[in-house]
Amino acid sequence: MDISLKSVEYRYQANTPFERLAISDVSIDIPSGTYLALIGHTGSGKSTVLQHLNALLQPTEGTVLIGSQEIKAHQKNKNLKAVRQKVGIVFQFPEHQLFEETVEKDIIFGPMNFGVSESEAKRRARVALKQVGLGEEILEKSPFDLSGGQMRRVAIAGVLAMGPDVIVLDEPTAGLDPRGRKEIMDMFYSLHKERGLSTILVTHSMEDAARYADQIVIMQQGRVAKKGTPEEIFSETAELIQMGLDVPEVVRFQLKLEEKLGSKLDKIYLSIEELSAAVSERLKRGVRS
Amino acid sequence: MMEKMIFGRYVPADSVIHKMDPRSKLIIIFFFVCVIFLANNGVTYALIGIYTFLMLGFSKIPIRFLYGGLKPIIWLVLFTFILQLFFTKGGSLIFHWGPVKIYEEGLKMGIFISLRFFFLILMTSLLTLTTTPIEITDGLETLLNPLKKVRFPVHEMALMMSISLRFIPTLMQETDKIMKAQIARGVEFASGPLKERIKAVIPLLIPLFVSSFKRAEELAVAMEARGYRGGEGRTKYRQLSWAAADTVQIVLLVVLTILLVLLRS
Repeated sequence: MDISLKSVEYRYQANTPFERLAISDVSIDIPSGTYLALIGHTGSGKSTVLQHLNALLQPTEGTVLIGSQEIKAHQKNKNLKAVRQKVGIVFQFPEHQLFEETVEKDIIFGPMNFGVSESEAKRRARVALKQVGLGEEILEKSPFDLSGGQMRRVAIAGVLAMGPDVIVLDEPTAGLDPRGRKEIMDMFYSLHKERGLSTILVTHSMEDAARYADQIVIMQQGRVAKKGTPEEIFSETAELIQMGLDVPEVVRFQLKLEEKLGSKLDKIYLSIEELSAAVSERLKRGVRS
Repeated sequence: MMEKMIFGRYVPADSVIHKMDPRSKLIIIFFFVCVIFLANNGVTYALIGIYTFLMLGFSKIPIRFLYGGLKPIIWLVLFTFILQLFFTKGGSLIFHWGPVKIYEEGLKMGIFISLRFFFLILMTSLLTLTTTPIEITDGLETLLNPLKKVRFPVHEMALMMSISLRFIPTLMQETDKIMKAQIARGVEFASGPLKERIKAVIPLLIPLFVSSFKRAEELAVAMEARGYRGGEGRTKYRQLSWAAADTVQIVLLVVLTILLVLLRS
């Protein structure tokens, strides 16, 4: 399902003394099957953009196109529920949304709201639980008896069980330990690869963006400051640093190395494996100039 | 949906009312609420109206904003008006249609009581709109200090008040967040049959309760870790200062009271 934002503007609390322009003139295309990373500082408008992706916010100017559904400014929009089933959002600290007595009931809550039968929802719950790396033995437990990491996985399973075509992740690994972070990020990546799920990752982490995304959008002060593939984005590191953003460790290493060698490698490498292969290749050839 | 709420909200501005001591504002509101009951005829209500709008003018709160925030309350005022209109008997009959009878006294009471209601709401909103919650609690704590003699826990009350006021925005934010998360999971808060809508509140309330309890515990630990031991011997960072303007305001209210007593019928 394609999503596209066309010159979207959003003002919080429009027409009050508290009015605040959150985003303006944001245009982003997200074709089906893309892994897009949305990067920016706190307050750059990332989360506001995110909420437009399944019509939680209606733009105050511009248009959002979700599949065939058009959401325009200044008009009442109907049939948003269909859109919301197709676009699953994993909010920051999703464990805060748990409320049911048992893990199973919580996971089937979403699908059943969208009219999935109970038996089908239960089947999906088991599949989703496996996807997030939890065993079926916790289905009958109370979500509030689980550890923080497990709660987060249960909440994510609740979104996956809805069977979305697009999944939107808002800092899904905030507050997790490094191992948990990698597990969750790898899980979303394999879902993206295996099921062709469009994935939109909102993050601070340049490392994650470089590792997983095939499109990067950088937001700054409510506007799109830059967009492109990771290679394009990270080949202009000076600009990133000027915007106060991090550059992935691998890229930083490559830049330092090139400085030392006094010559450039053929392109920017985004993973340690690729970079080390390129460097050893270079060493074998023994070319120094 | 909560964007337009003006209750308990502070609107920063540089005005005479904003600069007043919270103690004088609290005293004035307290007496205003009593004094308003003195009004019982056109002249006295007009006086109170003039006073209220004078204060509003001084406060520099944009009228458009006030109007937007008070819109929901207009219905309540109208409701009171209609209730009084139809159910007060007395004076001459001015309107008669089937079982509906409107008396002169009913119309008068309707207008007066809704005006009283309206002015009360305006003045009390003015207090919270121009005074930060912290100022209000500070003011209240100092004003209630004498009650300590009878072992009334003034400091604890003030602390409870400032903590709850402090967490209103946090709670609002969290409500908004959880609501959105549940909407994304297919809950409909704003449409559907009443029974469904009531059921929809559960996925909102339970997470809110859970996080509030958690937060309360964390807050208690954090306060103890920073050596909080109650109000005994505690000094204040913000000092309240009573200025000439505060005395002037009090005098103004006293003048209003005297006029009301003289002019009421």
